Amino acid sequence: MNSRKPVFRHPGLPKNDLGCTRSDYEGLDSTLCAGCGHDSVTNGIIQACFELSIEPHRVAKLSGIGCSSKTPAYFLNKSHGFNSVHGRMPSIATGANMANKDLSYIGVSGDGDTASIGIGQFVHLVRRNLNMVYIVMNNGCYGLTKGQDSATADKGSASKKGRSNPFEAIDLCEMAVQLGAGFVARGFSGDKEQLVPLLKAAMLHKGFALVDVISPCVTFNNTASSTKSYNWVRDHMEASGTFDVIPERQEITTHYEEGATQSVALHDGSVIQLHKSDNSFDVTQRRSAINAIEDHREKGQILTGILHINETLMDTHDIIETTDKPLNTLTQEELCPGNQTLQQIFETYR
Amino acid sequence: MKKLTSVNDFVIRFANVNGSGSASANNLFAKVVFRLGVPVSPKNIFPSNIQGLPTWYEVRVSEQGYLGRRGGYDFIVAINGQTLEKDYDDLLPGGYFLYDSTRTLSEHFNRNDITLIGIPLTDICNREIENPKLRPMLKNILYVGAIAFLLDMDFSVLTDSITKQFSKKPKLAAPNIRCLELGFDYASTHFKDVCNLSVKRSNKLDSHILMDGNSATALGAVYSGATVVGWYPITPSTSVIEAFDKFTRQYRLDESGKRKSAIIQSEDELSALGIALGASWNGARSFTATSGPGVSLMSELLGLAYFAEIPVVLVNVQRAGPSTGMPTRTQQSDILACAYASHGDTKHVLLFPCSPTECFEMSADSFDLAETLQTPVILMSDLDLGMNDHVCLPMEWDDDRQYRRGKVLDREQLDNLTQDWGRYLDIDGDGICYRTYPGTHPSKGAFFTRGSSHDPYAGYTEDNDTYKRCMQRLLKKWQTAKGLVPGPHIKTHDKTSTIGLIFYGTSAQATYEAVEMLDKKGLALDTMRLRGFPFQNEVSDFIDQHEKIFVIEQNRDGQMRTLLMNELNFVPDKLTSITHIDGTPIDARYICQSIEALLEKTLPHKGGAA
Repeated sequence: MNSRKPVFRHPGLPKNDLGCTRSDYEGLDSTLCAGCGHDSVTNGIIQACFELSIEPHRVAKLSGIGCSSKTPAYFLNKSHGFNSVHGRMPSIATGANMANKDLSYIGVSGDGDTASIGIGQFVHLVRRNLNMVYIVMNNGCYGLTKGQDSATADKGSASKKGRSNPFEAIDLCEMAVQLGAGFVARGFSGDKEQLVPLLKAAMLHKGFALVDVISPCVTFNNTASSTKSYNWVRDHMEASGTFDVIPERQEITTHYEEGATQSVALHDGSVIQLHKSDNSFDVTQRRSAINAIEDHREKGQILTGILHINETLMDTHDIIETTDKPLNTLTQEELCPGNQTLQQIFETYR
Repeated sequence: MKKLTSVNDFVIRFANVNGSGSASANNLFAKVVFRLGVPVSPKNIFPSNIQGLPTWYEVRVSEQGYLGRRGGYDFIVAINGQTLEKDYDDLLPGGYFLYDSTRTLSEHFNRNDITLIGIPLTDICNREIENPKLRPMLKNILYVGAIAFLLDMDFSVLTDSITKQFSKKPKLAAPNIRCLELGFDYASTHFKDVCNLSVKRSNKLDSHILMDGNSATALGAVYSGATVVGWYPITPSTSVIEAFDKFTRQYRLDESGKRKSAIIQSEDELSALGIALGASWNGARSFTATSGPGVSLMSELLGLAYFAEIPVVLVNVQRAGPSTGMPTRTQQSDILACAYASHGDTKHVLLFPCSPTECFEMSADSFDLAETLQTPVILMSDLDLGMNDHVCLPMEWDDDRQYRRGKVLDREQLDNLTQDWGRYLDIDGDGICYRTYPGTHPSKGAFFTRGSSHDPYAGYTEDNDTYKRCMQRLLKKWQTAKGLVPGPHIKTHDKTSTIGLIFYGTSAQATYEAVEMLDKKGLALDTMRLRGFPFQNEVSDFIDQHEKIFVIEQNRDGQMRTLLMNELNFVPDKLTSITHIDGTPIDARYICQSIEALLEKTLPHKGGAA
């Protein structure tokens, strides 16, 4: 498939620290439905990578199967991509990360891909605390197979098919907090102001970062009876607060009232400053995060923003004590013990 | 009664309860025979259970060097009450039956064609060993001591072996040696000149080693530079990964003690292969090891690897299926499941090692092969090869050997490209295209890997012709593979022989022995041991050159026969199956008898009207 986008770029386009323009982070044209929430998330990813001056070719983008999993083709054209099979992106990402710890990994998945067929892999990916950003484009339905309910569809919510979903919903954020994820956030594809900083914070976090983005399916699940529709989410979302992502080099200039602000230092020296709407909510505490999510759920609200952050965790490489050099750069001399050693090994088999 | 009489040529079977430490005692016996320079072949026939079920350990001692299973038992050590009667019945006439005489045998143990050797093992243990916890384990050492006397073995090799075994815990050596002596003394007092079987020091094994196939496979992976492993525990493949872990902890640490390998125990086999694939896609050599049930789960990702052309090594240590089957028994029953694993048109490269030596070599080669061909390579081991110890020659690693990483473009090559590059563009005409690793170049060489239909530039396509061309190119690659996978080992015994035997993997040793047995009876047979799939022309030539072909294998349906017929277009009549499916390793006497029976059946037709 060839991009129809014009190659010409205006010379006056803003450039980031790498001298790249936003268009350097774009991908092919989307083939999703007009108005699909996923395209907004794609744009958010492009914007976040651009603003953070990430080298596009040092990113690997991975996905499973579904509408959401198509989107890696629509951003970061200079990155290697891997559109794997349904629900298996977490294992592919784990292997890729083990091979080269120096790249950034962005995984894109959907609610079917993550909460149903791939829930086993998702759960264990979180447990391993793999250093990656895992974005769920969550629309509560199976788009590519024409609108069946997914496991994140709320009980009682009805899609275009008209029958309300009789089963309990899986809350991926709550589950991730319980499983020990170090960064958990929820966004809304219709709220770019919140989504881009969320993605940036997730990218700066070392370890597993989940960004669950409610991303309405305009074709099958945008009805008045659906809790994953644009209108419903807009009316019921409640932000945990606003926040600033302050990169390492930047001086902290803004000042907020004492007590309502919580600062979290990230691994690379950047700082996240949270300005909370509710003072009793401590995002660094698992229990507090789960309580906040549950409290909002009971009130029929959707809690968005950064829900949990813990910068003290070790990632998979730290846990299994791999060497500092990426494994895929080790030479034969560094890997092969040689014949003399082999013969010594055989002495123990005599 | 004629007692079985021989020096260095017999089969002894130990019948125990599992979880009682018997395997290590029985292994001690086998090791001592090995250290006396006598070819030996131990087979652990154990249950899928941790404690309390019957387990057997067979040791074949063969001065002539026959290392396959022979069939029949000359000496049985019956320690398990649950199987006492069956063990008693299984003994060959003239054989020896050693049992724990603390309990007397009931009346119906009334064979008069065997020699009974009753030793009150439990009594002696209760009397001599103070710590009751140690008694069950030391009871096993006690009978090893008794056997040492009965078989006239050099006792010092036994005590030396114990000392070596407990070199790090010398306190434990003393009670073990004492029990050896107790057993030895009891037998010498009560059973002098009773046993006509013996083990005499020989010089047949000067430089040999005694090694299990799984350790050899793991070593091959270490030597060929595998760094990433995804795996899920499953018998009988678990020890491949455990050995890889052990060797890399010893020989693959950096200066600060950090590991130059990443081993991830995953949540299931889907994930295990996914991890290996992700790593390989990203430029690290990686593998996974599993058995039949794991292969079923991995089929999904094997299809992805085939279609997206991602190299990966899969070690399949086969066990008895279908389904859970007999998890601790051996079989060669995943041939078709692996050759054509996954939906759609798929074919996979298979390798068939027959010894630890080949486990090492083929394991090391499989990484070169997978990366050269950019496709999965499946190493088809089995439980017998993987988990049992085998006498073999130590392998050599050529220090001048260079890893063959296949067609991968680095940054400089991408910069210097003078022609069009597409991930799936076949420039060389061998069906193998050039790949790039993520992160190589700021603006060149990025592509989108997918399991969906793709054009030469890795773009999504539903264009009929483009799809078709991609599938045809994969067939061209398959042709290229024929020149790279190891060819068969053919032994033309006699130019006039019209009968050929085909076999592979662990059927080799027993088949070669059967061929010698039949040769002595005047039947000359040619043999072809298959070592890889796809099959080369030599394979079809061998079949063409013989009137009758027997395909010997350890599964019910003659899976290799099916594969040969399907891939080489032979008519079913040409190939006759000899199958061994009970979950124990195939034995020479069985093969011999099967061939004789089949020939008798077919002989009357010879020369008759067509």
